[in-house]
Amino acid sequence: MTTLPTTAPQSTTAKSDPIPDRYLYGVMAEFTTPAQIMKAAEKVRDAGYRWWDCHTPFPVHGLDKAMGIKPTILPILAFLGGLTGVVLGLLLEVFTNATGFEFWLVVPIRGYEFLVSGKPFHSYPAFIPVIFELTILMAASAVFFGMLIFNKLPTFYHPVFKSQRFSRVTDDRFFLVIESRDPKFSRQKTRALLEELDPVSMEELES
Amino acid sequence: MSVSQGNMTAGSSERLQLGDLGPRYFRLGVITAIVGVGLAILLGIFTLDSIDRFFRAYVFAFSTILAICLGGLFFTILQHLTRAGWSVTVRRIAEALAWNLTWIWILFVPILAAVWMSHIYHWMHPEGDMLLEHKAGYFFFPLHYDSQVPIFWLVRAVIFFAVWAMLARFFVNNSAAQDKSGDPAITSKMQWWAPLSMFAFAFTLSFASFDWIMSLEAHWFSTIFPVYFFAASACGFFATTIVVIYLLQRAGRIENEVTLEHYQDLGKLLFAFGVVFWAYIAFSQFMLLWYANIPETTGWYITRMSGGWAWVSLLLLVGHFGLPFLALLTKHTKRAKPILASIAGWLLVMHAVDMYWLVMPTMPESTLYEASTLAAFRAEATNEMLGFTPHLLDIALLVGLVGLLAAGTVQRLTKCSLIPERDPRLHEALAFENM
Repeated sequence: MTTLPTTAPQSTTAKSDPIPDRYLYGVMAEFTTPAQIMKAAEKVRDAGYRWWDCHTPFPVHGLDKAMGIKPTILPILAFLGGLTGVVLGLLLEVFTNATGFEFWLVVPIRGYEFLVSGKPFHSYPAFIPVIFELTILMAASAVFFGMLIFNKLPTFYHPVFKSQRFSRVTDDRFFLVIESRDPKFSRQKTRALLEELDPVSMEELES
Repeated sequence: MSVSQGNMTAGSSERLQLGDLGPRYFRLGVITAIVGVGLAILLGIFTLDSIDRFFRAYVFAFSTILAICLGGLFFTILQHLTRAGWSVTVRRIAEALAWNLTWIWILFVPILAAVWMSHIYHWMHPEGDMLLEHKAGYFFFPLHYDSQVPIFWLVRAVIFFAVWAMLARFFVNNSAAQDKSGDPAITSKMQWWAPLSMFAFAFTLSFASFDWIMSLEAHWFSTIFPVYFFAASACGFFATTIVVIYLLQRAGRIENEVTLEHYQDLGKLLFAFGVVFWAYIAFSQFMLLWYANIPETTGWYITRMSGGWAWVSLLLLVGHFGLPFLALLTKHTKRAKPILASIAGWLLVMHAVDMYWLVMPTMPESTLYEASTLAAFRAEATNEMLGFTPHLLDIALLVGLVGLLAAGTVQRLTKCSLIPERDPRLHEALAFENM
């Protein structure tokens, strides 16, 4: 069994020269318990910061509220996606079973009245499975791609990964990062605010 | 300080008991049952010219409450099968509903009477009907149908009621025993038996729905029928549970134990099982029969799409699927107690309509096979022939049996706490959060 080092190796940035303002991504504070980061998040929220985030090894219940994050609009997107699926499926089936209208796409495209077991050409019960599948596909795609876009994923690089201490975020440590692009950000004041929250370590991140 | 603490604990244990509400609601249930069933019998005697109509209404009312009780048994077993933590505080309601399965066999007696005294189960008279003569073994084995004793069918009924009573007793009594001993081994025991119980439940529910409901139209068959009945029973159960919990909280019981999170999850399950799954199965059954278009199987749907039944089918489509689907889609309605309880109440009514639609229609077979077109059939088939004869009796009988169901459930709830107080996973349910 390998033993984890009791203290993580010091970040290289801590020893070297301070990061110039224009390369400063933000300030990161490290906490050891969910309760601590919850309290810290409330303080940072109440201080009026907007560009900041928490990183935890597992979902912490109530952290959304503590951070003051607005409810996601993803469900509305899912509904609209589903609705698109219904309309698309219906149009597709009505068009492919109708001969009344055509459009040009290099060649004229027109529906074909295909008689299936004596059913009417427009048999809505037979249309339902396709509409259903398209509804699911569109709603699921809207949620999946919407989630990726809202989270700016895939992200191949993030400044927090430069920190050695941050690797413990997948194990047992909780991190709070306030970004320098926040209008309220000031190197001294933000550091002072985080200092008050009693973190085990604090680090400046290079962008 | 100690006095006030004593009061607090006394107060909190009162909130976990039905207390004086128990006898009151029990009496109310019994009176409703007597008035309902009595009125139905009087109406039957004075307004009906055939006993068949009365028995059909009875099968409808019986299936409606049986479905709810079976849903309770399903939910109870499922929680032990999945070792669920969130549902501990709502499990007692399911257990109390399932408990009714220990005495519901008494309500089967009129159905036995229906088999011999009426013609609604026409598989009793297969003479001259080639298809029914071939199917007779399913009912009369090992005897010949001339004997008029459907032994195989009767034995199955006995097995179903025995299995249900045993399962309900096992899960309810063990859960109640845990309130006293607090022994976590009881939970392990129930979990060990849960998978086998689920098999037994699925098997008995399937064949019970074949035997008692699908066999009303003995020529017709659908292998997905039990799944449809199961979906209906889940709908009835989740709707009942939400309504019961809402009423209990209005009366000041289990207010802190059942939270908005539980409402949201019960709402999700009602949405998933009672609305979407129900519609999915209903359409799966319809789609195959409609597409294949084989005369002996389409008649069942043609009956339900002609005359007054066409409107009932439409009502189910909109009221059992369309509107509740949109209403339950967002989490905001699921987290608003009065709104969710209203939707659940509406779905409970729809569950009864669904059972009415399942049981009451009669297929006028000779008219169906002689008609050259669908329009010709519809012109000829009257609502009487289709079995569409709504009568006050149906409602009276349903109200009566629901009264019995309520009395039985309340009776069980008075015997123990409203939540499993010493379940090892109780803390999970109390701290449960969706987000």
